[in-house]
Amino acid sequence: MTDQAYNFAYLDEQTKRMIRRAILKGVAVPGYQVPFASREMPMPYGWGTGGVQVTAACLVPEDRLKVIDQGADDTTNAVSIRKFFQRTAGVEVTEATAEATVIQTRHRIPETALSEGQILVYQVPIPEPLRFLEPRETETRKMHELEEYGLMHVKLYEDIARHGEIATSYAYPVKVEGRYVMDPSPIPKFDNPKLGGNAAIQLFGAGREQRIYAVPPYTQVVSLDFDDHPFVASKAPHDCDLCGASESYLDEVITDDQGSRMYVCSDTDFCATRQEAGHHGRLGVPQFSSKKIAKSLEGFCAAEGVTE
Amino acid sequence: MTFHQPVQDTPLLRVTGLTKHYGARIGCADVSFDLYPGEVLGIVGESGSGKSTLLASLAGHLRPEFGRIAYDGRDVLAMSETERRRLSRTDWAYVHQNPRDGLRMGVSAGGNVGERLMAIGGRHYGDIRAKATDWLGRVEIAADRIDDRPSAFSGGMQQRLQIARNLVTAPRLVFMDEPTGGLDVSVQARLLDLLRGLVRDLGLSVIIVTHDLAVVRLLADRLMVMKSGHVVEQGLTDQVLDDPQHAYTQLLVSSVLQV
Repeated sequence: MTDQAYNFAYLDEQTKRMIRRAILKGVAVPGYQVPFASREMPMPYGWGTGGVQVTAACLVPEDRLKVIDQGADDTTNAVSIRKFFQRTAGVEVTEATAEATVIQTRHRIPETALSEGQILVYQVPIPEPLRFLEPRETETRKMHELEEYGLMHVKLYEDIARHGEIATSYAYPVKVEGRYVMDPSPIPKFDNPKLGGNAAIQLFGAGREQRIYAVPPYTQVVSLDFDDHPFVASKAPHDCDLCGASESYLDEVITDDQGSRMYVCSDTDFCATRQEAGHHGRLGVPQFSSKKIAKSLEGFCAAEGVTE
Repeated sequence: MTFHQPVQDTPLLRVTGLTKHYGARIGCADVSFDLYPGEVLGIVGESGSGKSTLLASLAGHLRPEFGRIAYDGRDVLAMSETERRRLSRTDWAYVHQNPRDGLRMGVSAGGNVGERLMAIGGRHYGDIRAKATDWLGRVEIAADRIDDRPSAFSGGMQQRLQIARNLVTAPRLVFMDEPTGGLDVSVQARLLDLLRGLVRDLGLSVIIVTHDLAVVRLLADRLMVMKSGHVVEQGLTDQVLDDPQHAYTQLLVSSVLQV
């Protein structure tokens, strides 16, 4: 049930129209940062105000929303944003990647391949890939305009000079359709290959920096590298300890002060689905599952006004 | 004192009637000269005489109101910005007075030298690094300093690094704005010696702005003397310095301190 004090999805219709215009321009010019009049949102900058505004502009009442934070459905950021849209838009929510029509994400692309018709909304802290090399906005705009991207390689050069390899492991710069160099938001570089040729529409919103950019479906996205130091999509060299998956991106969890640790899928939906299908990892039958915990707590802390 | 081969007969840079105003004030007025390949042109004058304005206008940092600049037969002022910036990354180089303006202080020496290579499409790390090492050697910076940041370098080293960074793409025309300013005399002498060697070996055309007559005596083939935005005298360096004609040039030459 929608909270009637607010317009559908919190923002007023004129604002959503303005954001949609920026999104359309972004889709038309893949990788180009479109300025937009970012609004004050009822959450602090850095908590996904850009992503929330893009999601609000995309949502229709028939949508099914999934929100993830570092791949997880049940972390603070994901829970609060999901609750926000349940309350202000009354849309259905889901944790299953394949069932969602709009997915707002912070720092991950879901493991399950996306399909046509889905929209993936990224929360972006710093949209400008050249920012830390060239602090002047006027200059970086000129560099984008004139396609002067040599500086991006200076950053990768510095990595190799200092660490012996390209040590940038997240927010790894990409070139979109052979034109604009883009910051894919701080997703691990493991996810970079999923940016290109993806069937879903990928939208990026930076609230504080007031920029929206987009990667339309089936767009070419290339991670920058050197001929003799090619791009490698790296992950921890382990299998998931809960579901045994070897091909998913892993979080390292320290379990005591004796140096014990476990590796678990960062994508909780992917992991839980596999466990339900009977897969299990090094730690055997799972002792907990985020879904089960969420279900057991449903009666106590479900969002106000949510009807199941 | 010149060491290079005879100059060719078509000018590399032809400047005619170049004028730049700052509001009602004159920056530089009606400056014309030809610069031939392999030639070093010195521009001297007191502070505020318009020499830095002239250099910045030539290098495309400022936009002059009147006049023509033809580089290699192409009209520089009519070029698109993309073309002009490509030119300034490849064929041209600009050595700033303060190395902090010309270097990226947060990037290692190797990265600084490699930047121009990567800007023109260098995508092989090994090659870029080999070239950077080679150029550090040429400007007398030890190879083991390649991963240090310029902030860890002395002023003289920073200036030499800036020169290496500029010359790595083998430019044909180098603009220098007081390259020895702010360095002590012994470091100045070594830098000048190095510059003279590089200019001679690479056959560079150079426009060097300075107020230090010793610098031009050592480096420049020809000399332009500026005062209040106008060129008051030009000619061969030795000729102008040994037999100054204009009153201001006479004053300038006679004010040099003798040790």
